[in-house]
Amino acid sequence: MVGDREAKMKSIKLTTGTKTILLGIFTAALFIVPFIIKDTYILHVIISCFIYSCLALSLNLIIGLTGQFSLGHVTFYGMGAYITALLMMKASMSFWLTILISAAGVGIFGYLLALPALNLRGDYLAVVTLGFGEVFRLFLVNAIDITRGPMGIPGIPSPKIGSFVINTKQEYYFLALIILIAVVIFVRRLIISGFGLSMLCVKEDDVAASAIGIYPRKYKLWAFVIGAVIAGIMGSFYAVYMSFISPSSFQYGESITMVSMVILGGMGSIAGPILGACILTVLPEALRSFSEYRMIIYGAALVIMMIFKPNGIWGLDKRVRNIYMLQAGRGVKNGKSASGIQCDNSLRRADSGR
Amino acid sequence: MFPQQLVNGLTVGGIYAIVALGYSMVYGVLQIVNWAHADVLMVGTFIGLILVTQLHMPVLAMVILAAAATALIGITVERAAYRPIKSDNRRMAVLVSALGMSVFLQNLAQLVFGSSTKPLPTIKKIPYTIGSVSFTNIQIIIGVTTILMLIILYIVVYKTKMGIAMRACSVSIPNAKLMGINTNSIISMTFGIGAFMAGIAGICIGTYYNAVYPTMGYMLGMKAFSAAILGGIGSIPGAVVGGFLIGIIESLGAGYISSGYRDAYAFIIMIIILIIRPSGILGAKHIDKV
Amino acid sequence: MTIRFGGLTAVDSVSLEQNRGEILSLIGPNGAGKTTFFNLLTGVYQPNEGSIVFSGRNITKMKAYERTNFGIARTFQNIRLFKSMTVLENILVAHKDCNQETLLSAVLFPGRIVKRRKAVIEKCLELLDVVGLADMKEELATSLPYGKQRLLEIARGLATDPQLLLLDEPGAGMNNLEKEELTRVVHHITKKMERDVLIIEHDMKFVMNISDRIIVLDHGMKIAEGLPHEIQNDKKVIQAYLGSGTFKDDDE
Repeated sequence: MVGDREAKMKSIKLTTGTKTILLGIFTAALFIVPFIIKDTYILHVIISCFIYSCLALSLNLIIGLTGQFSLGHVTFYGMGAYITALLMMKASMSFWLTILISAAGVGIFGYLLALPALNLRGDYLAVVTLGFGEVFRLFLVNAIDITRGPMGIPGIPSPKIGSFVINTKQEYYFLALIILIAVVIFVRRLIISGFGLSMLCVKEDDVAASAIGIYPRKYKLWAFVIGAVIAGIMGSFYAVYMSFISPSSFQYGESITMVSMVILGGMGSIAGPILGACILTVLPEALRSFSEYRMIIYGAALVIMMIFKPNGIWGLDKRVRNIYMLQAGRGVKNGKSASGIQCDNSLRRADSGR
Repeated sequence: MFPQQLVNGLTVGGIYAIVALGYSMVYGVLQIVNWAHADVLMVGTFIGLILVTQLHMPVLAMVILAAAATALIGITVERAAYRPIKSDNRRMAVLVSALGMSVFLQNLAQLVFGSSTKPLPTIKKIPYTIGSVSFTNIQIIIGVTTILMLIILYIVVYKTKMGIAMRACSVSIPNAKLMGINTNSIISMTFGIGAFMAGIAGICIGTYYNAVYPTMGYMLGMKAFSAAILGGIGSIPGAVVGGFLIGIIESLGAGYISSGYRDAYAFIIMIIILIIRPSGILGAKHIDKV
Repeated sequence: MTIRFGGLTAVDSVSLEQNRGEILSLIGPNGAGKTTFFNLLTGVYQPNEGSIVFSGRNITKMKAYERTNFGIARTFQNIRLFKSMTVLENILVAHKDCNQETLLSAVLFPGRIVKRRKAVIEKCLELLDVVGLADMKEELATSLPYGKQRLLEIARGLATDPQLLLLDEPGAGMNNLEKEELTRVVHHITKKMERDVLIIEHDMKFVMNISDRIIVLDHGMKIAEGLPHEIQNDKKVIQAYLGSGTFKDDDE
């Protein structure tokens, strides 16, 4: 969210100046972190936060923006990881090439999965996606010739840029941060566009959406494909980062955690899923000293959160109003038309109000 | 080999059906999926285990007591984790809450009972063979129990006042309320009955495989839920048909194709059927009213 | 056109024609099939028999969203605005240039479409002016009073740039003042913007006042068609509304 704001909000500096500066400082701080914190455990937790933030943001497109209850996100994640691992190990391909292949492959799979699944509503879609995930995991366990089964794939090589090898936690940290910023920029541009607004319409009421010329299927399919592609890329990153993958990393529980992140943080926003991802990644780690009680607390915390804050921490109710004007605002500035002034006013009110 | 697989399939299928009924009834009344159902089942099975190993209770008393305790847990779960949730996006909030409950129960069980797999010594196994089919007394007992429970459930739902109230709630809770039905107690009863049957099903499956462990609910729950969806969620006969179908398909698939994918057959069949017929085999077709 | 749900024939061989720039009203007792007829026109349901020709083209097989893009827009009897969106956004999303923005241009070249977005916003603000909601553009749509929500839905329909606008009980829940405003808006749409309007309405005073022509449905069948004063004196219509002595179970 950070880098994106920095880049995107230049045009409306006057109204959101302080916000921009704060976000800029925060982004800069994120780049300095690995020079200050050398503790590999803490860095690992932060990198995990980045990975899950991206996963939650991508799942948010499916659940939060088009309202499709997918419980199979781990399938895309795991598929991306296995494609990269196998291509790097068996075909000695470059990591960067495998990222493209896994993004394309997982995207196509997402499309094929969504095509029939879109006819299903609510919980039916949930159970079909969950079922697909289980079938995929069982395939990983049983197709020993290809995947080595439950033993997993160890020794996945590190990515290289020229002769420079990304190897240490610090280096992975930067790679993960850059991916996160790219994902945030992408998702933000999507959310504030007409495309994103149309997705939200489909989520809220697909009959009304059809009545204004929006084809719900198209947006539902796109949400699945984009979500799958991002999750696939994160899987590729995870494979080289851990250098070992096995089916046990891609169990249904992961999907459920991702859904919890999106809903706990707040659907439909950018800050929400990131917050949710960070909380649900850090919480179990922070509770490590309670070891045996930690998952009990985690479970109870989810229940309590939903009772007192069912829309999540930063959900659609905190949405910036008239978000579509953010980018048009730039044109308006130069144009100085009558409604241009109105646009600016609305931005100011939207920012101070929310 | 075929009759043998069929017998095994019918045994587990019956158990799936019983668990599926718990999902289906709750969905019928509240239109939510009780994702913690399988974990309630697991806790109930552990209670049964304690009763039989620590307190040396007779089997029948143990089953009834454990099932009653499971019913109480089921009711508590609904009161604690579902009923307080009020949101315009209730379905998703309930989902997360239910998943939280599921994590809570699983880890609580792990803490209290340990994570290792324990045997459930209820009845001594006696094998029989007729022709090429071999089976045990446990399978017979499970079969009889299943049929008995289905009959009792049928009587409760279709022949008693409470059953009528329950069916009224499944049509419309606000209307049922206007008719003077105490909908809250009906909802509790629905969860209670579902959990009671799940408690018995848990002990059956624990005895059948002679294994009880904190994550035993997951696969069983997933398959039972698939069965409920397959038959058409919300439909009682649908859940029964779906349960037996899944049990038989899985048993035949494991016998004839590959046992490694035993757990996958249920899902594959469910996915195919849902794609062909999105409302399940016996589910009502949904028409959007504009 | 005919549609059946199971054994029930909801709309039975009803046919109508609409002239350009005309305000045509569809009336009838509850359960007469008016809304179902709308759903057939807009493609929510498919007719079992018959066809729909619009602007010289057979659109019977078109999906709902295609018909909208082809020039038919509608409002809903039970208001269906987008809840988490503002008044302005509810209209923006209905505009072709907004809801047909491509993913590629939105994500890779947002700079290039700024001009178009600006034009869309201005166009939509104009529409808000038409229905008198311009100064509420930042309110959440659902925070508006009922009558204003109906007007907003009309503006949303207009934003799709339709030739024909279908209004499903636009006056329901409106007070007299709001109905006057509605009359003004409908006249603006037909006279200034030169669009056709088809209205379902129960308020007879409003219908008689505004319509150029009226069609009466009962039990899915067309029982009368004509000018307002002809309909007012039609025996069959009076019978349909007041009943012919036998109790009929009509609910919607």
